[in-house]
Amino acid sequence: MEYVLIIISAVFVNNIVLTQFLGICPFIGVSNKVDTAFGMAGAVTFVMVIATMVTYILQHYVLLPLGIPFMQTVTFILVIAALVQLVEIILKKVSPALYQALGIFLPLITTNCTILGVAILAVQKDFNLIESVVFAISNALGFGLALITFSGIREQLDLADIPKSMKGVPIAFIIAGLLAMAFMGFAGIVK
Amino acid sequence: MAKKESTFLNMLVTLLLVTLASSAALGYIYEFTKGPIAIAKSAKKNMAIHKVVPEFTNLPGEEVKKVVADNDTLYLYPAKNGDQLVGVAVETFTNKGFGGPIRLMVGFLPDGTINDIAVLEHKETPGLGDKMQKSKSNFSLQFEGKNPDNFKLSVKKDGGDVDAITASTISSRAFCDAVQRAYTVFKEGGIQ
Amino acid sequence: MSNLKNFAKGFVKENPVFVLFLGLCPTLGTTSSALNGLGMGLATTFVLAMSNLVISLVASVIPDKVRIPSFIVIIASFVTIVDLLMSAYTNTPGPNGEPSLYDQLGIFIPLIVVNCIVLGRAEAFASKNSVFSSLLDGLGMGLGFAFALTLLGSVREILGSGSVFGFKFIQGDGILMFVSPPGAFLALGFLIMLMNKWKQKIV
Repeated sequence: MEYVLIIISAVFVNNIVLTQFLGICPFIGVSNKVDTAFGMAGAVTFVMVIATMVTYILQHYVLLPLGIPFMQTVTFILVIAALVQLVEIILKKVSPALYQALGIFLPLITTNCTILGVAILAVQKDFNLIESVVFAISNALGFGLALITFSGIREQLDLADIPKSMKGVPIAFIIAGLLAMAFMGFAGIVK
Repeated sequence: MAKKESTFLNMLVTLLLVTLASSAALGYIYEFTKGPIAIAKSAKKNMAIHKVVPEFTNLPGEEVKKVVADNDTLYLYPAKNGDQLVGVAVETFTNKGFGGPIRLMVGFLPDGTINDIAVLEHKETPGLGDKMQKSKSNFSLQFEGKNPDNFKLSVKKDGGDVDAITASTISSRAFCDAVQRAYTVFKEGGIQ
Repeated sequence: MSNLKNFAKGFVKENPVFVLFLGLCPTLGTTSSALNGLGMGLATTFVLAMSNLVISLVASVIPDKVRIPSFIVIIASFVTIVDLLMSAYTNTPGPNGEPSLYDQLGIFIPLIVVNCIVLGRAEAFASKNSVFSSLLDGLGMGLGFAFALTLLGSVREILGSGSVFGFKFIQGDGILMFVSPPGAFLALGFLIMLMNKWKQKIV
């Protein structure tokens, strides 16, 4: 039951993109096509789950016992950067097909603030390892849901006739605002 | 100095030096800010405690009592004037809020009467649920001076004594839930 | 390029938010009021200027293959310094019990480290230019970012709460949607549109 709550809350109520404002850059940047949106969402899910697990272990078995929680930001971002490289190398060797699909998105992920954000949030919320992993998966799902919905709308939008100064990023933000408004309707379903 | 070749040794030494310098600098700043951070944190708690209980002279943060319930912790801060207990500030929470968890600081007088309530943290809808804050509406005033023994802590719709915030029954229910939790713990806590 | 140009380009011509669309997460996440926007902007400015300074000093001796990790460590160190200083000195709640600046900015302070502007400037400018012009570039870009955040924060605060920097000029609430998440997207969308319109006029 608790896991269900974490999932619903992270995917719908506190959607990481539309209400927490994390991962806006890829949300605006790679949402022109539904296909690329799927690729990005997949890559983010993959890295986010591994990163949250590794940073959880680091926080609880290295940083806290040594009494240096202030090194959190430095170690987490280094670990995430290294992890992204590692995933890229392993994926290339083990599953070329998957690498074809996700490869070009991987370098972009280091500076995707959802990864570091979720890792820090999971620590702040005092989750245990399993809860942290569930939290990471559901936030990744929330990111995917927002990104894919948004790219679907933007594909249609290409055909629309809108004022010149609204084209591109401005209209994307306004659509995102309307989408965020729709997601506000989910508030209150977790009680 | 010329740019070093990317040999394994050079890379290792560079990274080692960079991280060493970084951790040394951070360690220094950490030692330097440790005191002020602790002071700021306890001042923040004390401000909220001051708001909800009568004048006190002790350090409630030093005598805090923790009670674990529903995967979260309630904190009981006894406020004393000299040796006399003048009130207890209870930091309480609810997970039933409309937008997420709500944290309150509820001040009780020694006989259990609610003295004052301060909202510490909430994510309720602006203009509706956020009226639970004292600065936004009179909703929380109706609790003051009431003893939960003869003041039922639930909204009138549910058969209680509390006037809900218009159009925000869920937020009002959550608020009552948090206060009720504080009262239960206060009663059981038996701080003298 | 002259020093003045290095400093001034961040405000309009290469404004990180309105023109380059970088650092959008804190732009949306911390601008529910003008003061929050300014606080976030200045914190980012400190990190940008200091890391640009240090990186331009050491860039010439760092082997190419570990350039990015070294830069990340340097940036993360300055972010942690800001985090520690802010949790010590900007952590006092407001008179009516509003959360402190540190609490309001919350997770966005450690996340300065993944703000694309910071690593972007380190890579594109500081690693190739002199110490002084790198410092100016960092300061200019940072202040341009702060300017954008303060502007967006002011617009949202004026529309949403009827106040600016906490000074109220209307009774009661404003259009509350503008302080909630959808309002952030809408306000930024319309601001960028106005910028585009203005640029078309002068070209």
